Amino acid sequence: MLEIAVGIILGCCALGAGAAMIAGIGPGIGEGNAVAKACEAIGRQPECKGDVTTTMLMGCAIAETTGLYALVIAILLIFVAPSRFVDILLTVIK
Amino acid sequence: MKSESRRFRAVDILYILMMILPLVFCIVLKVLTKPLSEGIDISGALVYFTIKMPIQDLPVTESQVNSLMVMISILGLCLYLTHGMGKGQLKTRHHIAEFLVGKADGLVKSNMDEHFRNFGPFITAILALSAFSSLISLLGLYPPTSDVNIVGGWAIVVFVLITYYKAICGPVQYIKSFCDPVLLAPLNIISEVATPISMAFRHYGNVLSGAVISVLVATGLQGLSKMIFSFLPGFLGNIPFLQIGLPAILSIYFDVFSGLLQAYIFAMLTMLYISGGFPAELFNKKKIKKI
Repeated sequence: MLEIAVGIILGCCALGAGAAMIAGIGPGIGEGNAVAKACEAIGRQPECKGDVTTTMLMGCAIAETTGLYALVIAILLIFVAPSRFVDILLTVIK
Repeated sequence: MKSESRRFRAVDILYILMMILPLVFCIVLKVLTKPLSEGIDISGALVYFTIKMPIQDLPVTESQVNSLMVMISILGLCLYLTHGMGKGQLKTRHHIAEFLVGKADGLVKSNMDEHFRNFGPFITAILALSAFSSLISLLGLYPPTSDVNIVGGWAIVVFVLITYYKAICGPVQYIKSFCDPVLLAPLNIISEVATPISMAFRHYGNVLSGAVISVLVATGLQGLSKMIFSFLPGFLGNIPFLQIGLPAILSIYFDVFSGLLQAYIFAMLTMLYISGGFPAELFNKKKIKKI
């Protein structure tokens, strides 16, 4: 019985981590848009390539933040949460 | 004259040792204390020892030791670059130092308010510390920036500075700046608190995700080459041929490019947040009144 409970905990943590990473879609679309616009801008005004590139990298890194929140949650769910949850389960049983 | 130049050279060697020895110390410490493990290895920083403290024990981890050693190393680099400056002819390294300082001042000048002219050293310190902390992973060491405690500390320092410059016109103005439209005050407070959290998570998440992906790819290639080349006789079957190449390219992106980009972004956001929260018009008005 205990094995099944631990297995459910581990499986649900993995599922949750996978579901959290769906958030990676957002930054992907956003950064793609940003790079497309930057390419257009460089095509229109090739002389300001340096400025556009630095601004674009900056904006990309900030747009990435939401994806990184999801990543942090996924990493916590995989590496930290299972042992915590199993500890809680064992203390509840006792 | 001869003894002078010999002394100069001796100090030079001392500074170079100051640059290199901390990193060697880190590597030796890691080799001596790291437990042996096979295959996949994604773990946090090693805990070297714990100090007993009244409220909570203070663990001294690999990341703290590494970041301190990086600081000493950067100090050695700076001393080496500026050694003998102002005496006699300018050398190549003096030109390099001048170039770096000029670049940093230009960055601060183009991104911050008139009031923050002397912020160059602080911004450069953050930039150099972050960049070198990320680059230390090229030596096989644990990069301190992939530990949320270290980056969180930097973010808290920046947050204290932001709050200081926001409240420079008195606490009444500071509270007033939150309730510009009164209804949005809770949202403004939440976004203010979210600033250090998002800065810390952005930097640490980027570096950590790079490390995790590198380890996963390397382990996957090891397993794959074991599967494909297992028919080879003797020790040839154990050599992971597929691990040549791809992990190195990933390392160039994740360790070098991503680390430097995150350092630049951290410094940039520091400048933008400090300069953005500063009530310049009000401050100038007060200054004129005082005079």
